Amino acid sequence: MHIVICIKQVPDSAQIRVHPVTNTIMRQGVPTIINPYDLFALEEALKLRGAHGGEVTVLTMGPPMAEDALRKALTYGADRAVLLTDRCFAGSDTLATSFALSRAIVRIGETFGAPDIVFAGKQTIDGDTAQVGPGIAKRLGLLQFTYVAKIDSIDVDAREITVKRRSEGGTQMLKSRLPCLITMLEGTNEIRRGSLDDAMRAARSQIVKWSAAEAGIEDLNKCGLRGSPTVVKRVFAPTTKAEKATQIDMTDKTQHDLADELIAAIFTRQPALEHELAFDGGQ
Amino acid sequence: MSNANREAPPSAGRAGIKRELPEHFRDYRHVWVFIELERGEVHPVSFELLGEGRKLADKLGIQLAGIVLGPPGEATQHAVAEAFAYGADLVYLVEAPLLADYRNEPFTKAMTDLVNTHKPEILLLGATTLGRDLAGSVATTLLTGLTADCTELDVDVDGSLAATRPTFGGSLLCTIYTLNYRPQMATVRPRVMAMPPRTDKPVGRVIRHKLSMTEEEIITKVLGFNLDRQSAKANLAYADIVVAGGLGLGSAENLQLVKNLARAIGAEYGCSRPLVQKGWMPADRQVGQTGKTIRPKLYIAAGISGAIQHRVGVEGADLIVAINTDPNAPIFEFAHLGIVTDAIRFLPALTEAFTRRLSPHSHDKLAS
Repeated sequence: MHIVICIKQVPDSAQIRVHPVTNTIMRQGVPTIINPYDLFALEEALKLRGAHGGEVTVLTMGPPMAEDALRKALTYGADRAVLLTDRCFAGSDTLATSFALSRAIVRIGETFGAPDIVFAGKQTIDGDTAQVGPGIAKRLGLLQFTYVAKIDSIDVDAREITVKRRSEGGTQMLKSRLPCLITMLEGTNEIRRGSLDDAMRAARSQIVKWSAAEAGIEDLNKCGLRGSPTVVKRVFAPTTKAEKATQIDMTDKTQHDLADELIAAIFTRQPALEHELAFDGGQ
Repeated sequence: MSNANREAPPSAGRAGIKRELPEHFRDYRHVWVFIELERGEVHPVSFELLGEGRKLADKLGIQLAGIVLGPPGEATQHAVAEAFAYGADLVYLVEAPLLADYRNEPFTKAMTDLVNTHKPEILLLGATTLGRDLAGSVATTLLTGLTADCTELDVDVDGSLAATRPTFGGSLLCTIYTLNYRPQMATVRPRVMAMPPRTDKPVGRVIRHKLSMTEEEIITKVLGFNLDRQSAKANLAYADIVVAGGLGLGSAENLQLVKNLARAIGAEYGCSRPLVQKGWMPADRQVGQTGKTIRPKLYIAAGISGAIQHRVGVEGADLIVAINTDPNAPIFEFAHLGIVTDAIRFLPALTEAFTRRLSPHSHDKLAS
């Protein structure tokens, strides 16, 4: 079985700061990580390889430094890493990104064997759109399963797959066919510690680097800013609230006094709440 | 339906430069809202979107349509009626047994066929598991722009949809346009927009469309559906009162203090992102930009510092109460009421005080 997993190198959002004057992200010194949601997909891919044999190819699109994320993925045990990097991809929105990645997946198929499953994370922590996975599926004509909580079974010979997929009020059980694209739900597994062998191999591994042309992408009008129907017109910082919180004075008060005072303050501001609480709560 | 004429205009330069809208997109009119009907229930985000869609349609002087895809039957008819009650001028309806359960293939087909036939200018969907699954497929099929998880929708002077969304976890906001393609698509998370008032109205114009797909053409089959046991999980976003805990609680065990207070006042409980990362609470209890957006009447944040990505998810609350030991915690910048104290000690006192105040006995006293 050949599994391709798409990952993204993202800045660790917990450490992002915005420049107060220019309103730009200050990337300097902010560590980059593999998008945390992608690790659930990577672990699932590695588990499937363990159960069914085959290979796991990791793919990312990004600047040359995204190689670090790929090497990290290799230390977890992925067999091969492909970096799609070209200036023409700069400024890609979700449509242009899914175009470039889908072409690269076609080229991966031609070079290393057609994938049975393409994985992606549920969403990224920097863009948060959750749209690139479905975009890739549609471009490649793959069946699509987003928010998958569990892969129940795969029959590689019969080309069948059954999955549990999260929906708003419960879980759908779906039966479908390979090849397909799956985005994994968070918390569905825990990324393994890579073995020492994998770490050594990752350090030595040659990462496959493709420009747009090398990935077989000819139509540059579909890439980067040109290929992006959406345009970012304005970037700005969220407005700060003029009024800060009214602090309840702590001086010489027990926790119980404070609690009573807070409740009085809550009901003063929201008188209707007291009535509602008396009937709904406190039982 | 062919997408040949949907390709980018030939002189595709930098998309940021406003050009004339290509001829074949000029007759795209009206605002559409996808009415998300799953297992007989309309997701409330659909009504929130009708509220927003109404404002956009009024500004543009065009009509607001609800899009209902569902199986023949009462639930689908009810969804149609509700779309009118929440402000739709008309409804496009695709009624087919194949649409009984959500599956990407028939829903994408139904939606893209509707768009290609009736040509909306703006198409809004809820950013739910269903809506996001569908929106990505539809936008890619139509080769148009999609702005995900918007927090504000407006119309620009030239009539373009200005879709604002947080980026980098809410540290920045960006306003995004889809200038030269139609429809302009956007998704919005549940509870980000306020619920509009509902008014009983007669069912208006319903335009039916046939689904040109048969069960044999759909590869994916639904084997079953397990309803969530804890229905409460789904209710966090729509709860009137929410109590949430953060790292300031110090340990997973102390989350019990949050749950106790929640139970005493009939609230839902949740947590900030670090607690999910530590495995102290499941991800579906996370409040914030990457978790649930909430708009309760009362939100009590205990031991939560108030990182920007948390703020984005709770700002819609009517009253925010923050309990934190650090007087400089960012949460005090956007909370309404603050107490600088240790939540671990304060929560039990607050639970007790609420219980005392809300007991029927104390009410008799207040009334007398």
